[in-house]
Amino acid sequence: MIKFDHASKRYPPGMNALADVSFEIADGELVTVGGHSGAGKSTLLKLISAMERPTGGAVLVHGQNVGSLKRSAIPYLRRNLGVVFQDQKLLFDRNAFENVLLPLTISGFPPHEARRRAQAALDKVGLLERQRAMPIMLSGGEQQRLAIARAVVGRPNLLLADEPTAHLDAETAADVARIFREFHAVGVTVLIATYDNGLFPTARRLVLDHGRLQ
Amino acid sequence: MSVWLSQHGDAFRTALRRLAASPVNTLLSLLAIGVALALPAGGQMLVANVMQLARNSAPTPQISMFLELDADKRAGQELQARLKEHPGVKVFKLIPRDETLTRMKSREGLADVIEALPRNPFPDAITVLPEDDRPEAMEKLAAEFRKWPKVAQVQLDSDWARRLAALLKIGRTGVVLLALLLGVGLVAITFNTIRLQVMTRRAEIELSRLLGATDAFIRRPFHYFGILLGLAGGIVAWGIVAAATWWLSAPITDLARLYSLDFALRPLSAIDSALLLIAAAGLGWLGASISLRQHLADD
Repeated sequence: MIKFDHASKRYPPGMNALADVSFEIADGELVTVGGHSGAGKSTLLKLISAMERPTGGAVLVHGQNVGSLKRSAIPYLRRNLGVVFQDQKLLFDRNAFENVLLPLTISGFPPHEARRRAQAALDKVGLLERQRAMPIMLSGGEQQRLAIARAVVGRPNLLLADEPTAHLDAETAADVARIFREFHAVGVTVLIATYDNGLFPTARRLVLDHGRLQ
Repeated sequence: MSVWLSQHGDAFRTALRRLAASPVNTLLSLLAIGVALALPAGGQMLVANVMQLARNSAPTPQISMFLELDADKRAGQELQARLKEHPGVKVFKLIPRDETLTRMKSREGLADVIEALPRNPFPDAITVLPEDDRPEAMEKLAAEFRKWPKVAQVQLDSDWARRLAALLKIGRTGVVLLALLLGVGLVAITFNTIRLQVMTRRAEIELSRLLGATDAFIRRPFHYFGILLGLAGGIVAWGIVAAATWWLSAPITDLARLYSLDFALRPLSAIDSALLLIAAAGLGWLGASISLRQHLADD
């Protein structure tokens, strides 16, 4: 499903965010990427979702070389991925339901089907009762669960999450980790960048150190 | 197809929401666009009214052909025969020199002068109504008559038509210039409004891209926004022109009566109204497109 083949990412003026990274992730795996702050975890996820392009080597997702994708093809790659962003990127002028609906609107789902799926995704993360709430009215944990609902609403077969438990208390972090494990249990491939591997004891671990895989 | 329609419907509703989200800004923009478009639209209405007035009140243009003083009756008959066969001539009438003399004698103050003359100074004349009364066509016909034998002088009685045509041409050119100038103004207003929209919705645009939105999906609501802004501005302009027409109609009719003219100010025609709205919507779309090209290109 995912293959890094000697992939590198170098930012000007010569900073190596990732250097010669090679690994593969099979369908249905649960994998965490660990490492200190600035080790390259976020960059690795950005390369998979084509938010960044590798400056060396190749990154393959579903057999497609992400680095050589045309700009016009990138939206269609992203529609097949679920991404939980480090800063969540919730829209604070839309309620929880509308935030979750957005990816389905973008993908062109019929309105009735989109509404049904959005409510199902909110139900899955325990926010159905709060679907009309604006994000500002939600707690930190609820906001994170809302971001997860938005990431999975399109039923992607690959779920990426960048530090999804950062800034959460231990109990909420465990609750969020449980949700990821549940998605993995139904066959979704999950890749999580996290400093806390203890939350995902059954996951295969990749560790980055100064952009290099240990 | 239904997905395509649904996405356009969503974009349209989003654009409407954005217009309604800041009513004061929207209202001010609409007023600025409305006033800007009302000027050329009003100008067009005035030109159309003046043309109508000219058509209704002006005499029919004609060509006067004066024969040489020594032209005999036979020469006059030959000329009439030629005119009868000419495809550019609608109607003609021979005015014999004696008839002219009699008419002139009957005019106050001229009788004594004419009586003092040793002989009839007037030539035979023929008045011609052409098939095509456009100034350039009449000029061409007159030039042809001048070459005919026994024709001393040809006078084109279409000076008024030429002067009016020249004035209307200036009026129409002014309207076009005004429309171009203020059209640029409308594009600038839409450009700036969309720029502000893009700036305030930067986070949403960025997120939409990350979730797989195409460029077309992101731009679509902004395009609808520009079209709606232009269209609504066009409606405001139409309203301003209609109100001005209603207000000015009675005084202008009164003024026309003083000159024995039966004239009433007509509002913008259906075609002109439709063109105004289409142009306004098109300029709104253009302003949005230029702004998006400028402000979304590097996202």
